Amino acid sequence: MSDVVEKTLTALPSLLSLDSQPGKLSSTSKLGNLIRGITELTSKHDEEKLIQRELVSIKEQVSSPNTSMRQMKELMVRAIYCEMLGYEASFSYIHAIKLAQQGTALDKRVGYLAVSLFLNESHELLLLLVNTVLKDLQSTNLIEVCMALTVVSQVFPKDMIPAILPLVEEKLNHPKEIIRRKAVLALYKFYLIAPNQVQHIHNKFRKALCDKDPGVMSASLHIYLEMVMEKPESYKDLTVSFVTILKQVVGGKLPIDFNYHSVPAPWLQIQLLRILSVLGKNDRSTSEIMYEVLDESLRRAEMNHNITYAILFECVKTIYTIHPKAELLEKAAKCIGNFVLSPKINLKYLGLKALTYVVQQDANLALQHQMTIIECLDHPDLIIKRETLELLFRITNGQNVKVIVEKLLEFLRHSKDDYVTIDLGGKVAELAEKYPFQAIFSNLLLKPANCFPSFCLCDCLATGFESTEDDRQLRLLAVDSYLSLLQDRPAKLPQRFLQVISWVLGEYSCLKEGLEPATVLRLLAQLLDLRHSSSETKSWALTAMTKLCEGPACVSVAQELADRHCGSLDTVVRQRLHELQHLASHAELRVRALPRNVGLAPLEVDSSLSFLDGFVSEALAAGAAPYKPPHQRREELAQEKALSVEPYGLSLPLSLSSCSIAERLSPTVLSMSSSLSGNSNELSPKGGSALKLEGVRRVWGKEGYLAKTEVAVKVEEMAQMEVPCPLSALQEGGSASQAPIVALTTPGPGPTPTPEADREKQRLASSLFVGLGSQSSTGPCLMGKAEPARHRFRRKVKGQGSSSGASERSCDSASSCHSPAPISAPSAVENLLCSSPLGSGSTPSLADSAPHLPHDRPATNSPRRAQEDLTEDTNTGAPVVEANGMAAVDPDTRSHPYDPEHFRPSPHLPDELSGLPRSEITPLCSDASLALSACRVQTDHSSLLIVFVSNSSDSATRRFALQMTSGDLEVSRVSGGTGPEEEQVEGHSVAVYQYSLVPTRPSVHMELAGLASYQQRDGEPQSTRFSYTLSLPNFIRPLTVSTEEYGRLWLASSNDTKQNLTLLGESPDPLRATLDLLRDKLQLHIVDIIASEGIVACQLLQGQPCLMHCRISAGCLAVWLRSPLPELPDCLLYHCQRALAEHLHGVASDYA
Amino acid sequence: MIKAILIFNNHGKPRLIRFYQYFAEELQQQIIRETFHLVSKRDDNVCNFLEGGSLIGGSDYKLIYRHYATLYFVFCVDSSESELGILDLIQVFVETLDKCFENVCELDLIFHMDKVHYILQEVVMGGMVLETNMNEIVAQVELQNRMEKSEGGLSAAPARAVSAVKNMNLPEIPRNINIGDINIKVPSLSPF
Repeated sequence: MSDVVEKTLTALPSLLSLDSQPGKLSSTSKLGNLIRGITELTSKHDEEKLIQRELVSIKEQVSSPNTSMRQMKELMVRAIYCEMLGYEASFSYIHAIKLAQQGTALDKRVGYLAVSLFLNESHELLLLLVNTVLKDLQSTNLIEVCMALTVVSQVFPKDMIPAILPLVEEKLNHPKEIIRRKAVLALYKFYLIAPNQVQHIHNKFRKALCDKDPGVMSASLHIYLEMVMEKPESYKDLTVSFVTILKQVVGGKLPIDFNYHSVPAPWLQIQLLRILSVLGKNDRSTSEIMYEVLDESLRRAEMNHNITYAILFECVKTIYTIHPKAELLEKAAKCIGNFVLSPKINLKYLGLKALTYVVQQDANLALQHQMTIIECLDHPDLIIKRETLELLFRITNGQNVKVIVEKLLEFLRHSKDDYVTIDLGGKVAELAEKYPFQAIFSNLLLKPANCFPSFCLCDCLATGFESTEDDRQLRLLAVDSYLSLLQDRPAKLPQRFLQVISWVLGEYSCLKEGLEPATVLRLLAQLLDLRHSSSETKSWALTAMTKLCEGPACVSVAQELADRHCGSLDTVVRQRLHELQHLASHAELRVRALPRNVGLAPLEVDSSLSFLDGFVSEALAAGAAPYKPPHQRREELAQEKALSVEPYGLSLPLSLSSCSIAERLSPTVLSMSSSLSGNSNELSPKGGSALKLEGVRRVWGKEGYLAKTEVAVKVEEMAQMEVPCPLSALQEGGSASQAPIVALTTPGPGPTPTPEADREKQRLASSLFVGLGSQSSTGPCLMGKAEPARHRFRRKVKGQGSSSGASERSCDSASSCHSPAPISAPSAVENLLCSSPLGSGSTPSLADSAPHLPHDRPATNSPRRAQEDLTEDTNTGAPVVEANGMAAVDPDTRSHPYDPEHFRPSPHLPDELSGLPRSEITPLCSDASLALSACRVQTDHSSLLIVFVSNSSDSATRRFALQMTSGDLEVSRVSGGTGPEEEQVEGHSVAVYQYSLVPTRPSVHMELAGLASYQQRDGEPQSTRFSYTLSLPNFIRPLTVSTEEYGRLWLASSNDTKQNLTLLGESPDPLRATLDLLRDKLQLHIVDIIASEGIVACQLLQGQPCLMHCRISAGCLAVWLRSPLPELPDCLLYHCQRALAEHLHGVASDYA
Repeated sequence: MIKAILIFNNHGKPRLIRFYQYFAEELQQQIIRETFHLVSKRDDNVCNFLEGGSLIGGSDYKLIYRHYATLYFVFCVDSSESELGILDLIQVFVETLDKCFENVCELDLIFHMDKVHYILQEVVMGGMVLETNMNEIVAQVELQNRMEKSEGGLSAAPARAVSAVKNMNLPEIPRNINIGDINIKVPSLSPF
């Protein structure tokens, strides 16, 4: 304490010396007074009063016109202080912005600081800051530039990034390294919040990486780590550079002032090691490049300071992540040993963590340190203990599971942290499911269950073990023991346990023969009388009673109970009582509401409320207003209040230079004019009916469950179903007599139709089909267009079948299905064509097909292209392999005489999926006997992942289980594998698992992590991990809407993104060509194109729409996207840019 | 990425709060309380790493803290940061504070909260580690302070001119190294 006093005293002179500056002292003392005031107070209440008083006085002063800038600065600091303590000072936000705008450099500094502390990225006031930032970025004062860059990286509105992006980019060339460095970090921030905005400056990142200043270079590594993690394969070429940099750093080539405790640039080393580990993962050749430098790093980092351990730890992690090399692994293992054995507790923790990380690859390492691990189990530090348990959890097997579970439970018993309890409880449950160890488990049942989260217990009981008899016995045991507990002394049991007991009795007491439900009921009724029972427990008990209530004896108990407790103050309990009373007297209803013996078969919940459809349409017919989702209502309300000049523009206070007046007007004008001029006479009677149905659909909006969607589905289904049949008929040598194709084919599109004719046809098509209602146009267009290509394709397949023997395999395997050939044959070709590392259009054999695209395709307004869909490969957004591209490939290149696949049982799609578009089959992982591969199948309403597990050994693989998880996707198993998780894969056979994927939130790429665990005939259980990347277009489907509907949707969505895209210049109608390309690659639906504007719509699988308005302006395609989902426009834009870039790239390389 | 930096004293009174990820105001206060609760009950001889509480991302986020006399310095980071690296970064930050304030103590942090923020801005920018070299950080902060002094006697406009001239005359700190032999192929950037 004395040094504090001393400190204050020594600070005094400096305070006094500031006296010459007017106002400075008084301001300091004002903050000082406040702080002193607060520290003197003892109660929270007093503090609140004091701060409120303070805030009032600040508010008065900031709004007074006489307050000088200097005082303002001081007031801001006080406001920051109040905010830090948790008191809102929102009145000062605007003044903070003003300070940043108007003040001198120093005032600005306070203003910017306050802004970045007060506001968040989406705060509307932030828009007012944009001009200030713009001005400061252009300032000649370095400090102002620095401040502007700092605030930009701290908090900046996403929509405004384009406005300042050029200025920030410019700063990358600034002579001062600090500015360059801050600019790099600001760009990194932009990359994080809006990746597509900075897409075009990737080569600038490369320049930053090569910057002569190491500080700038290390700043750019932040960006590279992020980008490499997202897409390692694109940056493999940089491995050598990263390795060289690391070599130089490790070798001490950096200036001495980069040293920290005589270690050269440790943070830089850590960052580089991280990047290398990502690059080298599962990649042998890349890993080989880095072995030497890793060895060097390990050698150089002598154990002498905390920071060298940091490097070592990172090094070890990298060595275990990349393709293994025995020599390095040995050294790394020694390192881990040193960590684990270290007396320093932080290192021990990291050692355990590293062990957890590597133990799956090398269980022996854990064996070596088993004594240390055991010691750590009793370590006083809970964090160490937890990490040890985590490690144990990873090495659990059939033999040690008992001990490990006991340890876990012991820890749980003392744990008070909810988060830990849930996490570890989940682990226990997982183990309980994986290893049948009833003995332990039944022990568990009798322990007071506060140590064991109730949900796990219920879960275990319900899921059960391998045999049903075991299950039954276990449940009986539970019922027996709980009954005796209840009879004995229920008052002493913890609440949670009572709840578990209630649930178990309610669910399983019927298993016990000769047990009267009324007896159980009475026991449970006791719980209601217990004084300390919480209302939650009471509800559980009542629910259990409701389940059991059967027969007159029970009814009387229920009645009695209801009478006694109807005065309960708790509404939930009263509600449950009511239910009990009601259901007790209506036995039939009870059986339906609470069916017995369904176990834990997941309840089918009709979340769409489709059973109300009839009711809704009746109500609508009777003139009720259609339902509007809350956000729409709110928006409409807002629109009514304020007269909106721009019908669907968010009018920004600052107009960007790129945003012209015409752009703001466009789509509504467009939709108005189109509906007035075009549609009025083109609407056929059928279109009229479609319109009415559309009105109905609006009721359910995004869920789209009403009649109209069904109609649309049917139409689409019909279209889909009709495709295969003509084809198969042709294949079987039948004549092309199928009516739909012949009748609906647009009169033979020549190989090079003139642009005029092309446009003529477009016009014809749109005038023909627009009247059919947007959805029903699908059918004819589809077939009209697909037929010629198909025809050519078919011949090719035939030729292939007769000439090359190897590819017959694929034909044969699929021939059992309907219309197999076009689907299975391309996979071989695709493998050939798309084997370039990026899967991009740079493959020469593919490139020549690209220029044909615009000519070959009759330009219809078709949202669906059966042909391209069939052969599409969107995994990496690679160009679609066109049918004519196929034809161009020599058949011989398709044969694989030495196909290694030949020796494995070959995977093929289940029959019901054979007609659908799908991707190539890519291998996921494999070992000596088992190989996993997967492909995607797209249906209209879902995206499926098909996993093939082929077992090439003689013996069956037992207990095979596949788990798939993803942060971005909802993964649910559709078929394959009967039991909850485990089954057997016979020798020389292929098991097919089918998963349905639904994106939970849109992102550019979505990673799917999988874990396959299995047991060979005699060996230990094994497991392998794999991952699979999907990109957004896999989940995008065309959204067929009319122009009017588009207009309405546009108004209903709010998240805007604007961007300029490249226009395909070489075609006579660039807008049409560009949109056609986007449509083909991303499955968009072109709603309408008028003059230089076009509107396009698509939707995320079973969900939110994304609308795109395009306009040609100054040689670019200005697009404006809107969607109810904030992330969707950005992600879609990213893929649009990529699709265009790839196309251009393809064309360019063709010319070269 | 660093998600938040919290400094509070032994009684849980916040001294500096900086969030790099948006949390609502009330949530921020809850996080501070929860973090204090987690950190304060730990002895000084246990490890400096914690898993984030239930409020801040659970096991995905880590709390890395150091305890100096009356103050706790807590960095909340995601999995892309190295634990030991951050631990040393805290040390760098504290040593820098010590240099700037000459024998720093809690009072400095209270009365010069804004200055502490400026120093922190030179260490961590938008959640990313900007500079780890103490001398560099101090140099940057002093550059700003010099501006403050120069501004004291002059009116605003000339001050700006003066500082601009000053900056131009600043000696370039010789810290360039030759990484010229890295062969990075800048052209033919593959479409990303």
